[in-house]
Amino acid sequence: MQHIISLLVENKFGVLSRVSGLFSGRGFNIETICVGPTLDPSISQMTIVTKGDDRIIEQITKQLNKLIDVIKVVDLTEKEYVLRETALIKINARPEDRAEALRIADIFRARVVDSTPTTYTVEITGDEKKIEAIINLLRPLGIKELIRTGKIAIAREEGKAIAKE
Amino acid sequence: MTTKKTGAEIFVESLKKEGVKTVFGYPGGVVLGIFDVLYSEKNIDVILTRHEQGATHMADGYARATGRPGVTLVTSGPGATNTVTGIATAYMDSIPIVVFTGQVATKMIGNDAFQEADIVGITRPCTKYNYLVKDVNDLADTIAEAFYIAKTGRPGPVLIDLPKDVTQAKTDFKYPEKVESRSYRPTYYGNKWQIKKAAHFIAKAKKPVIYAGGGVIISNASAELKELSELTKIPVTMTLLGLGGFPGRHALSLGMLGMHGTYAANMSIHNSDLIIAVGARFDDRVTSKVEEFAPEAKIIHIDIDPTSIRKNIHVDVPIVGDARLVLADLIQAIKENPEAEPWDKIRESWLKQIDEWKIERPLSYEQDDIIKPQFVVEKINEITNGDAIITTEVGQNQMWTAQFYKFDKPRTLLSSGGLGTMGYGFPAAIGAQAAFPDRLVFDIAGDGSIQMNIQELATAVLNNLPVKVAILNNQYLGMVRQWQELFFDKRYSSVNLAGSPDFVKLAEAYGAVGLRAVEPSDVEGVIKEAIKVKKPVLMDFVVDREEDVFPMVPAGGAINQMMFAPEKKKQEARLKAVK
Repeated sequence: MQHIISLLVENKFGVLSRVSGLFSGRGFNIETICVGPTLDPSISQMTIVTKGDDRIIEQITKQLNKLIDVIKVVDLTEKEYVLRETALIKINARPEDRAEALRIADIFRARVVDSTPTTYTVEITGDEKKIEAIINLLRPLGIKELIRTGKIAIAREEGKAIAKE
Repeated sequence: MTTKKTGAEIFVESLKKEGVKTVFGYPGGVVLGIFDVLYSEKNIDVILTRHEQGATHMADGYARATGRPGVTLVTSGPGATNTVTGIATAYMDSIPIVVFTGQVATKMIGNDAFQEADIVGITRPCTKYNYLVKDVNDLADTIAEAFYIAKTGRPGPVLIDLPKDVTQAKTDFKYPEKVESRSYRPTYYGNKWQIKKAAHFIAKAKKPVIYAGGGVIISNASAELKELSELTKIPVTMTLLGLGGFPGRHALSLGMLGMHGTYAANMSIHNSDLIIAVGARFDDRVTSKVEEFAPEAKIIHIDIDPTSIRKNIHVDVPIVGDARLVLADLIQAIKENPEAEPWDKIRESWLKQIDEWKIERPLSYEQDDIIKPQFVVEKINEITNGDAIITTEVGQNQMWTAQFYKFDKPRTLLSSGGLGTMGYGFPAAIGAQAAFPDRLVFDIAGDGSIQMNIQELATAVLNNLPVKVAILNNQYLGMVRQWQELFFDKRYSSVNLAGSPDFVKLAEAYGAVGLRAVEPSDVEGVIKEAIKVKKPVLMDFVVDREEDVFPMVPAGGAINQMMFAPEKKKQEARLKAVK
């Protein structure tokens, strides 16, 4: 099963290598990993999407906790959370396809962020399903290049009314 | 206003603050400055080794024997990479060592400079933590943190990489009083509720066994373990690294368990209804086929490292904490538990069953006209009265030592368990001897392993560290040969060591003493003579070439399916023995 693990780590050099080395050294699998700063410049936040049965996920969270530089580990899968990923998709935009491309982008609330006589670059943000869906619709036009950020996730605030999307 | 100190001086002052008396080292280009400061330092003894791997194992042996971190100092590049096996050995067995490596100057890092190696990158997976110090102002804090991390929690090796310019730069020296970390906070006290639950399980168990590992020794929990065992009349089996954690000659001792464990230990575990694992990690050499391991047993697992719990096996009562503190609380909880019945009565039939197993298949061998390696180990045990510090190499020598030497006290067996490093025992013995100059230190070795770090004979001789090396010389890589005999149709591929150097002459060439025993009647005299001389000694015991280690659980089998020595040992094997 897919799990989304959120980490707070010391913002020191080599931390990403310690985390990724742990996964490769112990045969755990990383689907995506995102790292960025937090409000506190001495702390970074990582979101790791991984797969495994309960025992493996328990080992992953324990092993991450064991790393000296890891401050906190949360398996978001057990909670309510919001997950987002951004993709930049460069597509062929021949004159006869340009209107169709814009319509598809509009349906997904995606934006065209770069345009040339022969291409559009579309920016889309959403969960995995949404990104897969727009890719599938754009594919017939011809995708020249596709770049995805990997997933970031944040826990929903507990005890408050949940308004999804 | 204090006068400013160089990084090299700060390094030495920091070691003194940590109470370091001995450094095992090997100099080189980028650490010349540090060695220069050490040259005039009266309070720190530098033991010059003959190889950086030796230096690391010595620090490890020092740490295992004393419980205090061992320290190694080497140069950059090859000096640093040569420590890797020693670091990995310490990592697998949770041994606190602090390894200082020189590094090229910060502005040269990444340039493929002369004797540059990314040792922080190389050792990341085999250290508990490691550092590259880029600024002399961080040096003292880093050293303090390194020692703190090495010796607290589940201990382990820590490496500090010291660029040349950092050791030359100057700053004020201020050593931190205390190390605090928001991200590293080991758990020492066990969860009270789980401990109560464990006490309840112990009161209800009919066939319990304590399975004690190296954690008992690391946390100095031997007294508590003995109290628990004697209070509740629960027998104790130990892992290789747990030996000495509970007295080997105690009536409740089952000896070692696992692949070459005793029949009584493996049968007890297999048939138990409760296993109390203390500072052990259900390693594959213990459990063998994990699906069939102790099928009836509930498991209480006490370990300071949460990742050890439920890594290999399902656990019913997980208790994260220091073995000594948890055992003390557990004993208290057991005493307060109203469910408890008279222990003697409820354990009677179980202990009787175990005694039958002990009698049915004791550890044994047949001594005849050729020296049996087990006989040598037993004689060393007898002559030293179990009071020596014993190190081993890896292979048959290690297993025979574990089986036939009855370790009564903690920190008397130093052996590479997890990594299984041949060449560990001899330098580890030197390290232990450096810590305890007046104690008797033996390395029980094979003729293969001893040659992996034989160069350290010079270190032992020149530093007056009179370690005694007992080579069980079968002119084979014995354990590999045993597997080939049993599982590869006796195709002895690349295991014949016949033609090794004459160990007696070799010892003499190094300025040590060489002794040889060929007849069984020579054995006692050789051991006694070795103890008498106040010099390092190599004892060459010419033993039965094809003696095997039994019992043996074949790889992949269940722990209760053991192989035993054939009733009559093959004549051909004896004829091959070199007289």
